[in-house]
Amino acid sequence: MTGVELGIGCQLGLMCVGVLVAVTVPAVWRSVACGSVSVLLGATGAATGALALEGQHGVVELPTSLPLGGIAFDPAPLGGFFMLVAGAVGLVAAAFAIGYAHGPSGTRTSWAALAVFLGALQLVPAAGDAVSFLLAWEMMAVASTVLVLTEHAVRAEVRSAALWYAAMTHLSFALLLLGFGVLAGAGGGVDWASLQRVDPHSPSASVAFVLLAGGFATKAGLVPVHVWLPRAHPAAPSHVSAVMSAAMVKMGVYGSLLVTLVLLPAGPAWWGAVLLGLGAVSAVYGILQASVASDLKRLLAYSTTENVGLMFLALGTGLMLRAHHVIAAGDAAIVACLLLVAGHAAYKTALFLAAGSVLHASGERDLDRMGGLGVRMPVTGLVFGVGAMGAAALPVTAGFMAEWTLLQAVIHGGGPADRSVAVAMPIAVTVVALTAGLALLTFVKASGIAFLARPRSEGAAASHEATGAMQAAMVVTAAAVVALGLMPGVVTRAAARATGIDAGSPGLTRVDLSGVGARLEPLALLVAGALALAAVGAVSATARRRRRRVSLAWGGGGVRANPRMQYTATSYAEPLARVFEDALRPERDVVVTHAAESRYLVERVQFRQHLEDLIESRLYRPGLRWVDRVGVVGRRLQNGSIHRYLGYSFLALVAVLVAVSL
Amino acid sequence: MNGNGPATVLAVTQVVVLLVLSPLLIGLMRTVRARLEGRVGGGLLQPWRDLRKLHAKEPLRADGTTWVSVAGPMVLMASSIVVCALTPLLGTVTFDRLPDDLFVVVSVLLLGTVALALVGLDAGTAFGGMGSSRHMTIAALVEPTVLLAVYALSIPVGSSVLSRIVDARLADPASVMSPVSLLSLLALTIAVVAETGRLPVDNPATHLELTMVHEAMVLESSGRDLAWLELGCWLRLAALLGLLTTLLAPWGVVSHVSVPGLLLAAVTLTAKLALAAGLLATVEVFLAKLRLFRVPELLAGSFVLAFLAVTASYLVMPG
Repeated sequence: MTGVELGIGCQLGLMCVGVLVAVTVPAVWRSVACGSVSVLLGATGAATGALALEGQHGVVELPTSLPLGGIAFDPAPLGGFFMLVAGAVGLVAAAFAIGYAHGPSGTRTSWAALAVFLGALQLVPAAGDAVSFLLAWEMMAVASTVLVLTEHAVRAEVRSAALWYAAMTHLSFALLLLGFGVLAGAGGGVDWASLQRVDPHSPSASVAFVLLAGGFATKAGLVPVHVWLPRAHPAAPSHVSAVMSAAMVKMGVYGSLLVTLVLLPAGPAWWGAVLLGLGAVSAVYGILQASVASDLKRLLAYSTTENVGLMFLALGTGLMLRAHHVIAAGDAAIVACLLLVAGHAAYKTALFLAAGSVLHASGERDLDRMGGLGVRMPVTGLVFGVGAMGAAALPVTAGFMAEWTLLQAVIHGGGPADRSVAVAMPIAVTVVALTAGLALLTFVKASGIAFLARPRSEGAAASHEATGAMQAAMVVTAAAVVALGLMPGVVTRAAARATGIDAGSPGLTRVDLSGVGARLEPLALLVAGALALAAVGAVSATARRRRRRVSLAWGGGGVRANPRMQYTATSYAEPLARVFEDALRPERDVVVTHAAESRYLVERVQFRQHLEDLIESRLYRPGLRWVDRVGVVGRRLQNGSIHRYLGYSFLALVAVLVAVSL
Repeated sequence: MNGNGPATVLAVTQVVVLLVLSPLLIGLMRTVRARLEGRVGGGLLQPWRDLRKLHAKEPLRADGTTWVSVAGPMVLMASSIVVCALTPLLGTVTFDRLPDDLFVVVSVLLLGTVALALVGLDAGTAFGGMGSSRHMTIAALVEPTVLLAVYALSIPVGSSVLSRIVDARLADPASVMSPVSLLSLLALTIAVVAETGRLPVDNPATHLELTMVHEAMVLESSGRDLAWLELGCWLRLAALLGLLTTLLAPWGVVSHVSVPGLLLAAVTLTAKLALAAGLLATVEVFLAKLRLFRVPELLAGSFVLAFLAVTASYLVMPG
């Protein structure tokens, strides 16, 4: 028995134990017991993934009574990479949940669903054939729907969010079922080896690609099928949001990599162009919505759409360049895609856990009502800050190295050899640059408004730091954000092994894209920065006068500055909302009440701004209304009249007779 | 590792030269402006005197501010120093493991931008937030132009390392006047003007709260904190102006580190910077500040120029 087989076996066992423990252990011990099992599950998953990534094989087959054949798990290095990521995220999130889960998120159902969810996240990349893949996929979807529904009794919007999520996730499942069906029909079997027999340039391969890409894009939250993300993330408890955002949406990326690199390698160039286009639109749309959002978790959800968009952009660039025989840059782009996956997993976990800690302490999700949390919860503030730096791709975090690699791939990929590449690469650079700029604003806003300045509500003023265990889990994620940024060589090597690319990276701490002639050692950058900072600090220390505390900030000439006079998240993003007015269409409502004595004196001004997701209101709402109308019309068919039903039977009989006689 | 000795010498020299020069540069710009407006002005050395005064003064900290108010100015300063060390202003000798890749330089610069924006938010005043919000909006819109302009410059060279771009220009001076180069330099100039808060994007001399960007963010800082903020921003201006002039006129930049070479390079750089700063100050006299909501149009214009440059570079490049 190999380590991988042992690992998968342990996980299946731990999943059952997790459910059992959740159901049987009394409430007092439930969080600790279930949390520990989930932590173990995550750790086992990460270890199994690491082994699979090293190239170790292992097949676990489960006999079933279904006529589908057995269920087989046989993780390849690519799957191993994603198992490692999902396992690590699950581990930290479960550890956080021990202190965090309370009330609805600490119930039997919730803990049991978490164990199944974490297990299913491991089984999807481990699956060895299409049937097992789809079964694990469905298990993951159902478990996560239950988790999204956790707080359904307390908050009304949770129910609608869960409905959206369930509908979209099943749309994804249906598309995948069709896509794999087409491939299995053409290849003559459901295991990956049979599917690989399909010629990527055949029409059925293209049909399957479109269906599968649609299915995976829905799970990954790409525009225009992203609508479930900004609803489900705020609805779910924070540790679940972290796992969903950092691990589950990645399964969409895994699926796309599986299809385009393993099952149907060397597909036509337009596949790459489609993925690049989808990714580019999602990245810009996602970050634009994130920059004007003031619900913290909604902001993070839209930022997930942006990040997944960048991953698809990287993958699309890679495929396109490979199809045009620009191999070195294409490989670099695919490595960049996996660097983005690893980096995003680290910083999005940090951000969601920190958001959970804020929610736990202040009861606030609305940035407009936060403020001053940095003084009250310094550890959470620091973790959020590090995560925000990662999300904004600032040096020397994981996000920075990933975007640097992507940009290097893109600028070395552009060549006059092919017009479509020559057009696509500048657009890709523009998209990356625009998203980087807007991400910077978004995360300065999120961390600055929430953690600096003065509290804007009583909840924020009364907030307190999280418990020790929660702090420890958050600090681990923040450390991972920096560590992945400082040791990109490790991630690059893993990414290269996962995708079967020749790794040109000799060191652990640097990226060396020898194929495109670019290298960087972030540690050196850190040293340079530290030296500069030390020099500045030394000069500062020569100053003799000590800092003096004054009671008030400068209030424009002696006026006592009220916390309500501060900029809020909405006002912070207002200039941007104006610049992108056409793309965002904010609804503004200004009511001015004049004083009774004179029209020139204003007594009160009321300002409301409402931002809707344009795709939702312009694409989904009309569609849903149409379906509704069809349903109403359809109701006439069945109006309760027995005469009509007899008529239907008679007509059916006639039709059958006619059909038989022909 | 043998390549790192000269690179270290060069980096330290660049930082020292720019540290000395940047306040003088600001002094020069203020004097030119004052003379053209018929005033006497404070003289070349006034910024240095201001810095000395601020360093000696007692810094005040409002209640409720966090460590960001203290660390932010220092981070801004450190980021400016790293930018000065990495940009090829005097020579094109690079570190083994830390090439002066443009994406790296820009992200270090952005680290300073973020530090400044957070300092603006820390005290929780209306003006600080306003300045910070505007500052980040401009920074977000400038970023695509900068990256695209550099992309255009990097295509003929096949590398985004600034030193290689400057080397290529030294080897083939005619390439400076190519349409690609001119378009991207023009785009880059607008981006630099916006990024360093000069007219017509921000008025560095304004004290009218409703129109200011940079000044609004530093309202809460005093003493040495303010000194770091000011010097950090001046250094950025000097480094970016230096980069522009080096790309436009690469002469004097050395490719091997030697004492006479560096001396000559420092003198050339001083002359180039003085010329550029004088020109910038003169143009500023005739410009009015744009309304904030017209700024995106200017930046969109510069973005189009950069995009044209990229397109042109594909058309101009043979085979």
